[in-house]
Amino acid sequence: MGIYKHLDSHAKEIVKAWNARFAGSYPSEGGRFIMKEKDPFNNPIGAMAQKAFTEVFAILSQKSEPDPEALRAKIDPIIRLRAVQTFIPSEGVAFIFPLKDVVRDALKKEVKEGMVSQKDLDAFYNRVDQLSLWAFDVYMACREQIYRLRASDVRTRTLNVLKNKGILCEVPEVGTEILPHDVYKNGGFEKSDEDPDRGL
Amino acid sequence: MDIKPEEMIKIHNPIPKKSWMDTPPDLSEGKFCYPAKAKTMEYLGIPNARDWSPADEDWKLPENWQQIIHEGFKDRLDKYRSLKVFMDICVRCGACADKCHFFIGSGDPKNMPFLRAELLRSIYRNDFTALGKLLGKIGGARKITPTVIKEWFSYFYQCTECRRCSVFCPYGIDTAEVTMMGRELLSLLGININWISDPVANCSKTGNHLGIQPQNFKEIVEFFCEDIEEISGIKINPSFNRKGAEILFVTPSGDAFADPGTYTFMGYLMLFEHIGLDYTLSTYASEGGNFGLFTSSDQMKKLNAKMYHEAERLGVKYILGGECGHMWRVVNQYMGTMNGPANFLEVPKNPITGTVFENSASTKMVHIAEFTADLIKHNKLKLDPSRNDHLNVTWHDSCNPARAMGILDEPRYVLKSVCNNFHEMPVNTIREQTFCCGSGAGLNTEEIMEQRLRGGLPRANAVKYVHEKYGVNSLACMCAIDRAALPPLMDYWVPGVDVTGLHELVGNALVMDGEKERTLNLRLEDLPGAEGDSDER
Ligand code: SF4
Ligand code: SF4
Repeated sequence: MGIYKHLDSHAKEIVKAWNARFAGSYPSEGGRFIMKEKDPFNNPIGAMAQKAFTEVFAILSQKSEPDPEALRAKIDPIIRLRAVQTFIPSEGVAFIFPLKDVVRDALKKEVKEGMVSQKDLDAFYNRVDQLSLWAFDVYMACREQIYRLRASDVRTRTLNVLKNKGILCEVPEVGTEILPHDVYKNGGFEKSDEDPDRGL
Repeated sequence: MDIKPEEMIKIHNPIPKKSWMDTPPDLSEGKFCYPAKAKTMEYLGIPNARDWSPADEDWKLPENWQQIIHEGFKDRLDKYRSLKVFMDICVRCGACADKCHFFIGSGDPKNMPFLRAELLRSIYRNDFTALGKLLGKIGGARKITPTVIKEWFSYFYQCTECRRCSVFCPYGIDTAEVTMMGRELLSLLGININWISDPVANCSKTGNHLGIQPQNFKEIVEFFCEDIEEISGIKINPSFNRKGAEILFVTPSGDAFADPGTYTFMGYLMLFEHIGLDYTLSTYASEGGNFGLFTSSDQMKKLNAKMYHEAERLGVKYILGGECGHMWRVVNQYMGTMNGPANFLEVPKNPITGTVFENSASTKMVHIAEFTADLIKHNKLKLDPSRNDHLNVTWHDSCNPARAMGILDEPRYVLKSVCNNFHEMPVNTIREQTFCCGSGAGLNTEEIMEQRLRGGLPRANAVKYVHEKYGVNSLACMCAIDRAALPPLMDYWVPGVDVTGLHELVGNALVMDGEKERTLNLRLEDLPGAEGDSDER
């Protein structure tokens, strides 16, 4: 299994090429900016990608079997990003696969000279396939989190404040659907015998 | 045949082979804000009200929609010189291109500010310049079509009017104002979003965006007072709608009805009680925010006038404004031309320190951060910052008070006086260059959560940096939209960072006259060191 030391010696160019393929999944001006801008605060996507790809590749290119938990943690930020961008799920994680092309290109010479066998390559490709599955797990977890955040947003938090204080009242047509009408109750507008005009 | 997975999953690479003009907007479900409802629009007297969906092919535009847009555009060019200038002078230098948080977080070129403006400018060239008419597409001009309207809707509602781009433009072109004009024009066709029109309608009916009625507003404040009594032993009885009070206090309704703003409201009440301020709250002006700003100048004018009517009716000397963002922009930037100066009020003077706020001579409204900073500067508050020792705080400059109004140092001064652990985010993400929360300008609605989370990425990324480097666990801000928008943003990108208002921290640190020994903070949680971790164990 001679591939790992070669992967290691090509790490820099592999990460760079992988990064370029990733940036290529954005419209041209966007991709160019992601590749070019060096300030991590002006260009969080570029910075996150650089970091994630470097760290993920460092794990994948070790001889020992990669630890799924460690990989999930390293790929998380970039998948988290893809989960809020306008991709469909398969596109969201598709950037993982070009790593195979990139590695094949980088090791062309070594393959030709017989230092790296097809079997070695296939073993590495398997790791990439594994990674893509784990990435998909992360992607789904992010999507679920987004749905939770949606459901617990301002509207809900506002209602909770009112509910906890017990001051919701039923008043049709006051307040539109920012707060649904039916959850108001008992806000001093109850019907009363002494004052039949009260209430709504 | 041996098909490799990477060939099966075609790498999507939407590099536009065509120019941006030919790339249609994506208005599938989840990619747009819900439209305003017909009944709300009718209530507000906005023309061409109808029920429709942005996902529909046919938007049921009024018959003469082209004429409406053309005339509406012409009116606005005549009325606002700035608009004409912004349409004419962009040299496409690109200085603004990568400054928008939506571009930075999405990589979508149409979120580059000058392209956002170009959405409008291309129509301007065609309709109002001879050259544009002549050259057509080569000259960057195009005719208005229903697809252009859809594009406007998509991208003018992907702009939070934060003005970060304008800081970098050598000509001072303010894309936020271009967005405002774009939204106004859309509104003429009955195209509005629910998250803006409902609050505007609510505010017109009940005095606040949430549609909470007067008795509920009063009740909730009374509940705050009960909590304050539990925490400090001090009973507070704030007045409502009291004629003859010296000061009217107005704050966004989010402070009254949504956590964590509620704790900030408690902070205000404690501060005012402690200094013996002669103030009143109003159940009519129960909203400082102004969602009119995000829809049209008419609505903005109406909602702004409400606060001042109330000040006049109650006979107060001036208005003290709570921790609000865009209220500030409306009052300082637009009120003068819209409603005129508030000459019926007096130039604000801090009754405790005697400081006259000359900067508010026209608006007659003081921001609470200035007011509190002035109190601290004059040594009028006894503060115990160690009560906030469990917090490691950073400051988010909210776009409106910071970039638009320049309230940069006052909140920092207050913050450093009330807590011991404070760390700034990187310089290119704060003060004038601050990054938006991603949810401003009426975009803090849940159906576009993904857009908000990616627009907020640059902000969150800077918070993450100080979180990892210094252990920051608290993000303080002075804007009600921020207090609503930042918690989910932190939850997603930087778990472990909580959001707080400035006056929540003030309320915690404030040593009030006659208070009992405090064991709880304003969230009714144990104060650091109070939970029996020493001798009581
Ligand atoms: S105002 Fe803010 S959101 Fe709008 S284009 Fe400029 S930077 Fe982007
Ligand atoms: S910085 Fe100003 S002049 Fe330059 S492209 Fe942007 S809007 Fe145009």
